[in-house]
Amino acid sequence: MNALVEPIALPDPAFPPHARTYRYDEVDREFLQERIAEFSDQIARRLGGELTEDEFKPLRLMNGLYLQLHAYMYRIAIPYGILNATQLRQLAMIARRWDRGYGHFTTRQNIQFNWTRLEDVPDIMRALADVDMHAIQTSGNCIRNTTTDEYAGADPEEAADPRIYAEIIRQWSTLHPEFTWLPRKFKIAITGAPQDRVAMQVHDVGLVVKRDAAGAIGFEVWAGGGLGRTPVLATKLRDWVPEEALLAYLEAVLRVYNALGNRDNIYKARIKILVRDLGEEFRERVEREFARLPQPTYRLDPEVVADIAAHFAPPPFARLTDAPPAYAAALAGDAAFAAWAKQSVRAHRQPGYASVTISLKPIGGIPGDASAEQMEAVAALAERHGFGEIRVSHVQNLVLPHVRQEDLPAVWQGLREAGLATPNIGLVSDIIACPGMDYCALATARSIPVAQMISERFADLDRQHAIGECFINISGCINACGHHHIGHIGILGVDKRGAESYQITLGGSATNDAALGELVGPGFPYDKVTDAVETILRTYLAERAAGERFVDTYRRIGLGPFKEALYAGA
Amino acid sequence: MPVLDAKGHLVADAWVRVADDAPLPDAPALLSLARLRAEAAAGRNAPLGLLLDPATQPEEIAELLPRLALIAVLLPKSKDGRAFTQARALREHFGFAGEIRATGHVLPDQWRMLQRCGVSTVELPEGADAAQWQRSRAVVDIAYQPAQDGPLPPGGGLGLRRRLAA
Ligand code: HEM
Ligand code: SF4
Repeated sequence: MNALVEPIALPDPAFPPHARTYRYDEVDREFLQERIAEFSDQIARRLGGELTEDEFKPLRLMNGLYLQLHAYMYRIAIPYGILNATQLRQLAMIARRWDRGYGHFTTRQNIQFNWTRLEDVPDIMRALADVDMHAIQTSGNCIRNTTTDEYAGADPEEAADPRIYAEIIRQWSTLHPEFTWLPRKFKIAITGAPQDRVAMQVHDVGLVVKRDAAGAIGFEVWAGGGLGRTPVLATKLRDWVPEEALLAYLEAVLRVYNALGNRDNIYKARIKILVRDLGEEFRERVEREFARLPQPTYRLDPEVVADIAAHFAPPPFARLTDAPPAYAAALAGDAAFAAWAKQSVRAHRQPGYASVTISLKPIGGIPGDASAEQMEAVAALAERHGFGEIRVSHVQNLVLPHVRQEDLPAVWQGLREAGLATPNIGLVSDIIACPGMDYCALATARSIPVAQMISERFADLDRQHAIGECFINISGCINACGHHHIGHIGILGVDKRGAESYQITLGGSATNDAALGELVGPGFPYDKVTDAVETILRTYLAERAAGERFVDTYRRIGLGPFKEALYAGA
Repeated sequence: MPVLDAKGHLVADAWVRVADDAPLPDAPALLSLARLRAEAAAGRNAPLGLLLDPATQPEEIAELLPRLALIAVLLPKSKDGRAFTQARALREHFGFAGEIRATGHVLPDQWRMLQRCGVSTVELPEGADAAQWQRSRAVVDIAYQPAQDGPLPPGGGLGLRRRLAA
C-alpha cells in the first residue's frame, strides 16, 4: 500500500492577527497551480480527442464550466460567500475583459459569468488564482461550496462562528478521494446563529454550530433536505456531534450515501431520496459507520481548529458607542437615508458598528446581477469603511459586515452613486430568481422578466413598506434553482403545451420554521402572473391582523381566501 | 488486459477471469461472488480473487476475505464512484491486505484518488498510455483530508493539509 504522509513545512505560518478571510499560503497557491495545470491538460486532451465529451463533461463540471443556451457559463467559487476587496476588483476585471461587463451572484453565494468562451478559460483561471480564487467543485457530483450566514462574525446573537467550520469543511472536501464521484451533487450549509439564514433544512447536510453549558462546541446535524422536482425538508440526525468528531460524522453520512444512493436515475439520486426511502434505517447506518470508523484518524484536533480560527479573528474594531451623533442626525434629517437604513442596516455585536446589506435588486433589474463598475464601487467602499471585507448573501445581495455607524451616511452616498442603494431588502421587490429561459438550457419558462415585471409593479416604496416582509422566489423549471418552494410566494414557470405557465405556491419558508409552499391552483400565463401576485398581496392586506407578516396571515387563514380571490371569476 | 501497478508501470496480468460455468484453471482465478462461495465451500487452496459487484457491501463478504488474494472493484461508468467507498471499507474496516484492483471505466484523473482509498492496481485496456496515467497522478500532490494513506496532520499552522509522496 501507499503510505505517503509527509507533513508540509511552512516557511512563515504567521498570519495577520486580524485576517478576516481565510488567507492562502504557498501550499494553497501551489495546489491551485497544480489544479490549473490539470484542467488545462484535460482541455487539451478533450481538444485532441483523447477524451470523449462524455468523459470530459464530469471533469469540466468539476471545474465549474457549464454549457448553456448561448455560451459556456463559468461558476466561480466564493467559499462561504466571503470576498476581500481585491478579489471583488478582480471579478470586475474578469467581467469586463472576458464577459459582457457584469456578473451574476447566486443563491449559493457564488458568482457566475454567462458569456465565457472555452478558449479564455485558462486565462480566467490564472486571473482568479492571482487573487486566490478558483472554480473547483462549483458543479459536478461532488461536495459543493459550503454556504453560511452572511452576518457570521457580526451577528449579535451568534453562538459560534460558522466560518471556521465552513473553512474546515472546505478543506476536508477539496478533492476528497472518496466523495468526488457521488451519485449526485452534495450541498452543505452551516449556521451558528439562532435565526437560520442559510436555508439549512433544504440542504443535503445542514449544520448548526452550538455551545453546550460548558461552552464546548458541537453540531446539530440534519440531512436529506433539497428542492428540485422532489422538495423535501431535512431530517435531524443528531442533536450533538462534538467538535472533534465533525469530520468523522460527515464521513459516515457521505459513506452511506456514496454506497447506497441511487445511480440509475438522476432524479432519484440526491441524498434526500435515500433518507426518505430508508427512514430510520438511514440514521442507524450512519451511526453504525460512525461507531466503527477509526476515530483517531478522523479526529479534528483542537489545535487545527485554533489554526483555522486565527484566520477569522475579528478585525481591529475601534472602541465606539452605538448611535453616534452623525448617524442619528442623518436619520432624523434625511428621509431617503432613513428609509434605506431601515431596510439595509443591521445591528452588530460590536458597539458603534453595523452590517450593511447592499441590494442587487434595483427596481426592474436582474436579481443578483452586478456590473463591473458596481463591483469596483463596493470594493472601494469596503476598503474605506469596512476592513476590505464583502459577503455574498444567499438571497443574491451583498453585505458589508463591519461598518462604523458614523460612516453609514457616506456608505449610503457611495452606494447611491453606484445605483446600489435600493431600499428594498426583505421587501417584495427583493426577489430571488434563477436565470431561466434567458440563459439556461434546461429552462421551461422565463424567470428574470417575471421578476422584473413584479418589481416594477411594486416599485412604489410606500406600498412595499405597507406590505412588509415578503419573499418572492422564481424558478424557470422544476430544478428549483430559484428556491420557489421556500418562498413566501413561490413562482414556478413550466411549459404548458408550448406556452409558459406559472404555478404559484404560498407559505413556503427557508428559515427556522422551514416549510414547503402549497400550490394555490392552476397556473397563470406569462402576462397574468403579476396580476396574480398583486391579487394575493391585496388579499393579504385585507385579511391581515395587526403585526402579521404575509406568511403569518397565510398560516392563519390558509389557502382558501387566496384561491377565492384568484379564481373567483374563472 | 495489462495492469497498472502502484508506480505506474504496465505489467502483465497473472489473473484469469473465470465464467461461472467454466472449470477452474491452475492460474490465479477471479470469480463472481456466487462461484466463489461454491469454491470456498469446496476448500480449494490456489489464489482466489473476487469480482466485487458495485452494489455489494463489503460486510456481505467479510467471512470470505481471509481466502482472497485479490478483490476487483468495478466502475461501470467513470462517474459511478461506489468502488471508492468499497475499497476504503475493505482496508479500514476489514483490514484487507491483499490487492485491490480497479476495473471498468477508470480515468487517469481518478487514479490518485483510488490509491488514496486503498486501491493497489488498475486494469487497463490494451494499448493504454501509462505516461498519461503517471502525469495525471503527479499533478496534484497535496491532500486536505485523512484517507487510507494517512491520518490528519497535527496542528501547527497547517490546517488539514499535507503533501503526498510521489
Ligand atoms: C444556468 C445554469 C444552471 C443550471 C444548468 C442549473 C441546473 C440545476 C439543476 C439540474 C438542479 C437540480 C438538481 C437536483 O435536483 O438534483 C439545480 C439545483 C439548484 N440550483 Fe441550479 N442551475 C443553474 C443555475 C443556477 C443559479 C444561477 C443558481 C442560483 C441563483 C442555482 C442554484 C441552485 C440551487 C440552490 C439548487 C438546489 C435546489 C435543490 O436543493 O435541489 N442554479 N440546478
Ligand atoms: S431552475 Fe431550471 S431554468 Fe432555472 S436555472 Fe435552474 S435549471 Fe435553469
